[in-house]
Amino acid sequence: MYVAVKGGERAIENAHRLLAHERRGDRGVAELTLDQISGQLSLAVDRVMTEGSLYDRELAALAIKQARGDMIEAIFLVRAFRATLPRLGATAPVDTSEMRVRRRISSTFKDIPGGQILGPTFDYTHRLLDPQLGEGHVPELPATSEALPTAMPRVTDILGRDGLIEPSPATDPDAVVGDLTREPLGFPADRDLRLQNLARADEGFLLALGYSSQRGYGRTHPFAGEIRFGEVEVEFFAEDADFVVPLGAIALTECQMVNQFKGSATEAPCFTRGYGVAFGQSERKAMSMALVDRSLRARELGEETTAPAQDEEFVMSHSDNVQATGFVEHLKLPHYVDFQSELGLLRKMRKEFREAADAPPAQREAAE
Amino acid sequence: MNTPAYNFAYLDEQTKRMIRRAILKAIAIPGYQVPFASREMPMPYGWGTGGVQVTAAILGPSDVLKVIDQGSDDTTNAISIRKFFEKTAGIATTTVTVDASVIQTRHRIPEAPLREGQVLVYQVPIPEPLRFLEPRETETRRMHALAEYGLMHVKLYEDIARFGQIATAYAYPVRVNARYVMDPSPTPKFDNPKMDHCPALQLFGAGREKRIYAIPPFTSVVSLDFEDHPFARYRFDAPCALCGAEDSYLDEIVTDDHGGRMFVCSDTGYCESRQRLGHRGTEPAAPHRESANDPA
Repeated sequence: MYVAVKGGERAIENAHRLLAHERRGDRGVAELTLDQISGQLSLAVDRVMTEGSLYDRELAALAIKQARGDMIEAIFLVRAFRATLPRLGATAPVDTSEMRVRRRISSTFKDIPGGQILGPTFDYTHRLLDPQLGEGHVPELPATSEALPTAMPRVTDILGRDGLIEPSPATDPDAVVGDLTREPLGFPADRDLRLQNLARADEGFLLALGYSSQRGYGRTHPFAGEIRFGEVEVEFFAEDADFVVPLGAIALTECQMVNQFKGSATEAPCFTRGYGVAFGQSERKAMSMALVDRSLRARELGEETTAPAQDEEFVMSHSDNVQATGFVEHLKLPHYVDFQSELGLLRKMRKEFREAADAPPAQREAAE
Repeated sequence: MNTPAYNFAYLDEQTKRMIRRAILKAIAIPGYQVPFASREMPMPYGWGTGGVQVTAAILGPSDVLKVIDQGSDDTTNAISIRKFFEKTAGIATTTVTVDASVIQTRHRIPEAPLREGQVLVYQVPIPEPLRFLEPRETETRRMHALAEYGLMHVKLYEDIARFGQIATAYAYPVRVNARYVMDPSPTPKFDNPKMDHCPALQLFGAGREKRIYAIPPFTSVVSLDFEDHPFARYRFDAPCALCGAEDSYLDEIVTDDHGGRMFVCSDTGYCESRQRLGHRGTEPAAPHRESANDPA
């Protein structure tokens, strides 16, 4: 009688062959193309690009296909590829006030210069399953209007003109921006690294943390100052040529939260900021990120830190879903040499326990 | 499409240089955990990404690599990592400990004594020996800086008070070069004495936690204990059923559902080399059989 305790090469090969078969699904049904994934599952592609931290729709679509729709697995595939790419430099900061806006809303003002623009959104849809979609339904063409004004001032800039909100932190434009994928993370971490960590963080994890801050675990009294989604230009300053090279446009979602004010005897009270940004249309992620960013500023703003969302080390150490899934799932690996050692210890202790219990009472007392 | 292309041993040279610097620092400060900018690897965190990065950074074209998991060359994860380096570096591999120049391991140290010039690369899940006593990195780094290890001794003492012995069977803490308390990775404590004054270089890589640490050759490694409760190795008291070895760490293999057991060497390379020399145990063959259906 044989027990298969150790897997071999052929088992792995066969398992992966079976995986490829399952991935393909029913061979009588047309295979998914990357264009279909990129065009029709575009929010999935946006999430994979954001948490994979690589702006490449085609590779993200490929990752989703290869991962059979498992988002974290797809993010993992993109990350592993990204890790091998050389770094040429950092682009100039993108200017979101120059964004070609496709959606832009504010909950703090009824109307704002440039207007409230709903754009493509699930908001205000009734969540009723639509059987038409299962039957090759051709939707109406979108309504059109005149072109939107090119520049739309950000709500936080409008508040900032009157000093009602703290200014964006002044930074040295020549200072190197931190990169936690290139330098090991230390605590306490600066805000650039915190924001990078949050931008790469698992959407669900940030959603839960942001939600917990709304429910009283470190309240920040947030308002959605502005959420905007659209295309921004990316520019790179080429030192050799001594001029700015436009690299192209990327789609971004940005969320600026306006939060509870601070102030002191010497400083007039003003609102504080929380910031979130993500590739593509990733609104839930950008909003959650903005909530958590503000919570993590507790120390800087002299607030009492009592809640998980305010705990930089807790949040940053557990936000990465590629790290988290790897370690949780590594429990599938064999652990039998450790288990054997533990088994030996437990047997020894149980034996000693039984011997002590079996000993006559007088002896037991003497032993104590 | 941006078709991916990969360097020798997968990692780009920029990354390798960064890892080598961390390794050199780790060797200069035995037992100290050096932070490094760990990369995403094409295998999951917790499955050996730290060890794989260290191995990738030190491998040269003439190296001979051995990969073990649970002491064995033929466990799935060991096979997967060995194949990864065969594919990405095209180097020679072996299952024989003495023939290897680099050995990557998870959870065991080979039974055959290591020699000068060899490198043993450990996969480490949690590099911080104080982590389960103090969850905060900021605190544990301070404790290491001040060599403030009282908390660990209190933990070991509490074990004795509660269980009559130190109730740590693996990942048993050691003190390296009379300075840093170090986690040996989750090796059974049976293996701890092998680390002491080992002629080979021992490197430890923790990918998810972004730490590298090292024990240079011929460095003192002492398992923490008390005078009246000295450190003791644990080994199931039986010879190996296949090769008869009485000095090797054993796997317990359940052979049926009414209490049948057999004990065999966890180090398959060691067991096979003994069998080649004619050593025999009570059983003729290991219960290792692939159960996958062969389509051929």
